[in-house]
Amino acid sequence: MSADYTADEMMTVAAARQLRDGTACFVGIGLPSTAANLARASHAPNLVLIYESGCLGAKPDRLPLSIGDGVLADTADAVVSVPEVFNYWLQPGRIDVGFLGAAQLDRYGNLNTTVIGGDYDDPGVRLPGAGGAPEIAASCGEVVVIVRQNPRTFVERVDFVTSFGYGSGPGERRRLGLPGAGPRVVITDLGVLEPDPVTCELTLTRLHPGVTVEQVRAATGWDLAVAERLTTGEPPTRRELTVLRALEATKRAAG
Amino acid sequence: MAKLVSLSDGVADLVRDGDVVALEGFTHLIPFAAGHEIIRQGRRDLTLVRMTPDVIYDQLIGAGCARRLVFSWGGNPGVGSLHRFRDAVQNSWPGPLELEEHSHAGMANRYVAGASGLPFAVLRGYTGTDLPRHTTNIRTITCPFTGQTLTAVAALRPDVTVVHAQRADRAGNVQMWGITGVQKEAVLAAHRSLVTVEEIVDELDPVPGQVVLPGWAVTAVAEVPGGAHPSYAQGYSVRDNAFYIEWDEIGRDRDTFRTWIARHVLKAEASA
Repeated sequence: MSADYTADEMMTVAAARQLRDGTACFVGIGLPSTAANLARASHAPNLVLIYESGCLGAKPDRLPLSIGDGVLADTADAVVSVPEVFNYWLQPGRIDVGFLGAAQLDRYGNLNTTVIGGDYDDPGVRLPGAGGAPEIAASCGEVVVIVRQNPRTFVERVDFVTSFGYGSGPGERRRLGLPGAGPRVVITDLGVLEPDPVTCELTLTRLHPGVTVEQVRAATGWDLAVAERLTTGEPPTRRELTVLRALEATKRAAG
Repeated sequence: MAKLVSLSDGVADLVRDGDVVALEGFTHLIPFAAGHEIIRQGRRDLTLVRMTPDVIYDQLIGAGCARRLVFSWGGNPGVGSLHRFRDAVQNSWPGPLELEEHSHAGMANRYVAGASGLPFAVLRGYTGTDLPRHTTNIRTITCPFTGQTLTAVAALRPDVTVVHAQRADRAGNVQMWGITGVQKEAVLAAHRSLVTVEEIVDELDPVPGQVVLPGWAVTAVAEVPGGAHPSYAQGYSVRDNAFYIEWDEIGRDRDTFRTWIARHVLKAEASA
C-alpha cells in the first residue's frame, strides 16, 4: 500500500502531536515552527507560541517566514525586547517546551548547529551557529527535537556541542545545574526516539507506518538501541493533512 | 541633542576604519541603506557586531569591510546559509574573518551590560556547550549570595551602533515599534549612534508598544525612507521575502556577488 502523504508530512504531524494544549512552547523557525503551528491549528488551540524575536503568544494565521515575521508581532499577546524574552521568560523556567532542529545530533541528544568537519578554526562546513538554542535546551522544562534522520546527521558524537542534551550520559545535566529535563523526544522522518530512562541513550521507540527497524538503523551513525516494546505510530489523519497543507500553501503564497 | 544629517554625512562622521560597529535589527528594521553606505564609503577593518548577521552583513563581509565578526546566529532567515560569510570563514575570501561566537542570550546580556555601564552581565547560559572554549568573553562566576556557579559575559561597547526606526521628530527623538529586538540596548551601549528613520515628523504620536530613544541619547538621525529594505518597517513596508530567496543565488557565486554590489550598491546614490 502506498501512502498518500510524504515522510516529511508524517514527521511534522508526529512532532505536532507531541505538543500539549495549554502549554508554552519556545519555537525555532523551520520544521519546529511548522509543527507548532499545525498543533495550534488542530488539537492544541491554546498552545502558547513564543518566538525569540520577543513575540509571546503569537497566533499567526499563516506560516511565518522568519523568526521576526510581522504576522508574529501583529498577533502576539505581547511583544517584548530580546533581552526580556531570554532573561524574564526563558531563564526562570516559565516555558514548558523548547522545540529545536539540528544539523547534527548524537546518541545522547546533544545538538550541533555550529561547525561540521575539520576543526573549529578551519571547519569543513560553517553553519549559522547557536542563536537561542543553548539556553532553550538548558532552561525549557523539556525539549522536543525534530530532524530528518540520516547517518550524516545522526552521529556517534557531535563535532561541536551547540546545545547540551545529556552530555555523555546519566547525571550530567544535574551536575551542571541545568534547570530543564533535556530532550524528551526526537521526531524524525522515520520514527520516534526517546532517551532510555537509565542510560539516557536515544532509543527507537516508535516507527512511522511502513518504516522498518533496518531502515532506521541504516540511517543512524551509531549502533541504535531499539525499545523492547517498539510501536508503530498512527498515520496522519485526513484533518491533520488538510490543515498542514493549507499552512504550507500560505508560505508559498507569501514567498 | 541628535543632529539631523544626511546618510552619507552620518556614516562619514560616525563610522571609521577599524571601528567596532553594530548594525542591529531582529529581522525587522534592519539598517540596510546604512550598511550600503558603509560599503560605498569603503570602510575597512571593521569589527562587525550583531546578534543575527544576515544579508546586509553578508554584503559587508563580501565587500571586504570586515576583519572580525561578533555574533550569535549568522544565516539568511527563513532561507538558509550566508555564502559570503561561509566563503570568508572557510576560504578567507575576500580576506580572513575572525569570529567571536555567542548565544542570543549571551549577546543580549552583553549589550545590556554595555547599556548599564557595567563591565559584565550575569546569566544562566552556555553551560555544557563548546562555545566558552573559543572566547575569553564567556567565564563563570560564583554568586556571592548563594554560592551558585553562573555565567558571566563581557560587556559590549561598540564604537558606533546603527539602527533603523520608523520615525523621529526634529529634535532627534526616535520612535520605533513592532519587533524592536535589542536596538535600544545596542544604541545605549555604544559611544556613538546613527539612527536612520522612515520619516522625520513634527510630532511623535504615541503608538502601542513603542520604544522611544530620547534625542539627547542619540548622536545623529538621517531620514532614509525605505532604508530597511529588503527587511521591513512595520506600518511602512512589508518584508521583501523574494529578495531573501534571490540572495541565496546572488551570494553563492563571487562574480555574481561582485556584479550585484557594483550595480546595486556602488553605483547607487545614497537616497538621502
